[in-house]
Amino acid sequence: MAGIPGAAHAYIACAVLGAAACTLPALAAGSATPWGAVALLAGLYAFCESPARCRLTAGAAGRVTGRPADGRPGRAADGAPPVPAGCYFPVLLAAALLLPPAAAALAAVPGALLGPTGDRPPARPRRVWRAARLALAVWAAARTAALLGGPAAVGPSPDLPYALLPAAAAVLVFCAVLTLLDGGILATAERVPPRDAWRGLLGRSLAVHAAHGLVGLMTALLWRSPYGWPAALFALLPMYVTCWAHTQYHRERAAHQATIRALVQAVDLKDTYTRGHSERVGRASVMIGRELGMDEDRLEVLRFAGTLHDVGKIGVPTRVLRKDGPLTREERRIIELHPEYGHEMVRGIGFLGEARAAILHHHERLDGKGYPYGLQGAEIPELARVVAVADAFDAMTSTRSYSRARPVPTALAELARCAGTQFDPAMVDALTRALARHGWQTAVTSDEPLPPPAPAAPPAPGPAREGPPESGAAGDGVGSGPARGPSRRSGR
Amino acid sequence: MSVPCAVAWVWGCALGVVAGGVAWTLRDGVHQPGAALAFGTLIAFGGLARWHTGPGEREPAPLGAAGALAYALVPAGHGVPQVVAVAVTGALAGAVPHVARGRGPDPDYMARRVLTLAFVAVCAGPLHTVPDPGRIPLLLLLLVLTALCDAVLAALLLHARTGHPYTPLLHDELRALPGIGSAVRATGAVMALAVTVAGLWALPVVCVPLLLTQLAFRRYAAVRRTYRQTIASLARATEVAGYTPPGHAHRVAALSRAVGRELGLSGEELTVLEYAALMHDIGQLSLVDPVPEGATAPLPAAEQRRIALLGGAVARQTGVPAAVAVVVERQADPYREQPLAARIVRAVNAYDDLSGETAQGALRALEHLRLGTARDYHPAVVESLVRVVARGGVEGPVPG
Repeated sequence: MAGIPGAAHAYIACAVLGAAACTLPALAAGSATPWGAVALLAGLYAFCESPARCRLTAGAAGRVTGRPADGRPGRAADGAPPVPAGCYFPVLLAAALLLPPAAAALAAVPGALLGPTGDRPPARPRRVWRAARLALAVWAAARTAALLGGPAAVGPSPDLPYALLPAAAAVLVFCAVLTLLDGGILATAERVPPRDAWRGLLGRSLAVHAAHGLVGLMTALLWRSPYGWPAALFALLPMYVTCWAHTQYHRERAAHQATIRALVQAVDLKDTYTRGHSERVGRASVMIGRELGMDEDRLEVLRFAGTLHDVGKIGVPTRVLRKDGPLTREERRIIELHPEYGHEMVRGIGFLGEARAAILHHHERLDGKGYPYGLQGAEIPELARVVAVADAFDAMTSTRSYSRARPVPTALAELARCAGTQFDPAMVDALTRALARHGWQTAVTSDEPLPPPAPAAPPAPGPAREGPPESGAAGDGVGSGPARGPSRRSGR
Repeated sequence: MSVPCAVAWVWGCALGVVAGGVAWTLRDGVHQPGAALAFGTLIAFGGLARWHTGPGEREPAPLGAAGALAYALVPAGHGVPQVVAVAVTGALAGAVPHVARGRGPDPDYMARRVLTLAFVAVCAGPLHTVPDPGRIPLLLLLLVLTALCDAVLAALLLHARTGHPYTPLLHDELRALPGIGSAVRATGAVMALAVTVAGLWALPVVCVPLLLTQLAFRRYAAVRRTYRQTIASLARATEVAGYTPPGHAHRVAALSRAVGRELGLSGEELTVLEYAALMHDIGQLSLVDPVPEGATAPLPAAEQRRIALLGGAVARQTGVPAAVAVVVERQADPYREQPLAARIVRAVNAYDDLSGETAQGALRALEHLRLGTARDYHPAVVESLVRVVARGGVEGPVPG
């Protein structure tokens, strides 16, 4: 229980009290709770959410498509695939349309208590919180549906166009209550500022919940029909299949990200001294792109372009890459082939899109004296101009065999000096502005077991995210982490 | 392109069913035109929603298939001929824009759909005479039977088209049953029941979630494709680095797949085999100096095994399934200690290393493999490779 702030404890306690108050009427002596239906729906929801089922599907489908091969510690190692939250809400929405509010709230509790919590401790408060939150939301949805005459519209003689109204209202209330409660827990437990806590929570989930509401409505309708509850199970099957596809998607995506990292690591294997360079260039490129106002999709492509820009170095003989001292003309010519090698490697990867051109042209210069094609000015793709600046910046601010690391202001001054001849001044300005605003952090994740799930992940709790470059010395061992300072491996 | 006999038969049956259905309906007129129009529109819309279909999608038009199934299951006095006529008309109307863009529906898929639909419509007649409580289990049974018929038919068509052994193909089809196909069938059944209970308004309500399912599967297929491309480009790393001749990894992967099919591997095992074949030389990236010509087959056994172990270590880092790394690791072991996939990779890799460009080279390479069947190469694998090569190698273009 350590690590949960007192405010969050109080908040969870309040939610639990509220949920208890909502469900108690169902347990009272005189209530006409339809226990059979409650048990069936609760069992169904618990079955869908149970970790045993997750392991079942993981075992059946995970052999080809999934987990990282070795038992590295990390997200994928606990066996449960990342089922997106709320996949099985149609069961609860059907309960909200079928049952009295108190009984519907009760149906949500067992599944929420039994479900997997992922690998994030602490498990018990998480489960209790989840149960209370769902019970409250389902109760509110059922209450709304009852006010609008939902149960009567659903069956036994359904009034279809009208039944859409209580169903839609129930979904809206369900969403709103969940959003409200989630924002609260974010604010109290994770200490997210209140304004950020609620922003974006509702809009993101509404479309999916609307479809869930339709499934719930159809389930309720068939349940009340002469065919009875077995027919309702038919209505839930597509939802189940959808969730399965969803899980597989996330599994495969994680595997794919690991493979992209392997491409980067393949370069590190040959050129140990530039370790972390690729990832930092990716990060700096995204900083520049964001400053230029690119949209998220393009930024994602830009991150790949920056991260993979040197992938062609795989094609350069290791002896040349690792050579100490000045290169001969011939060796320089060989190294200058690496953008073309890189392009040759990644040209088959469709989703990289524009990034492929950026990999090919990241050594072009604005005055046309670069390689491989000697393009000039605006002939050079925009992303390539971004990556060129990011690449040069990181090369200057990290220690190389031929030079010591320079401080960030010196590097920026150098970039500004070359702007117009070598670099695009717009990109240099953007980098300067972005660094002034966010600072520069040199620690990289490329030697950690698994990548962060997505570039747009919420900020990790803790300090040092925006510190000056010198404060980023939180390296995680030999050869990784900061590219400067005494922890840098020097035995080459 | 010639059409195999079995495919011609299936097409003939489907065409006969369609012609009969349309002629009958034209003669008798359309019963309940409102419902026919609603379902026909739904099927056409489902066909329209077939946008950006990628390869490898099992069900390109789930909404259309579910609508047709529902129309066959609705107890409303319209006979089998009208079901077929409405479904085909709807599907054709939905296919018009796609045909105009030169991406018409696959005729095999259409024929399969017509035949299974006719099967459902014929069976659904007696189903409606059963009283309500017993109807749901019977409906379930009918859906399962339909799925099995569809799988058998699909495997038959694929077998006739590709010449791969029938059993693994059927196995593949059966394994895919719980996927989007089951969502389609369940949606069809729900649609039929809901229309019976609540009227035609139920159609749009049931459709929207299926669109969500389609989207989820499409995303899954897309990420699978991307993943495969990335693995392939990782495989190309050794070629760009000059460790292996250009195209080697792809040739080995395609040939391994063909041999694996021939030896009865299916689905998941084939994927593991293909990924392992793509990555089999990746261990050479750890060498400071390249192996001459990149050919590991002529190297001493100890060196081959060292490179294989290095490759396994790299493969493990890439997040591919453990089985792939194991195959990469053990590709240089004597065949008696190897899993089947590693035997295939070993033999095919040696064949590609030794054969070169000429036909004589290929014959010499096969001769070398046959001589090595005492210890290095599995005899059955070598014989299968000989058959595949004799058929003209690998069908289809080599990607990349």
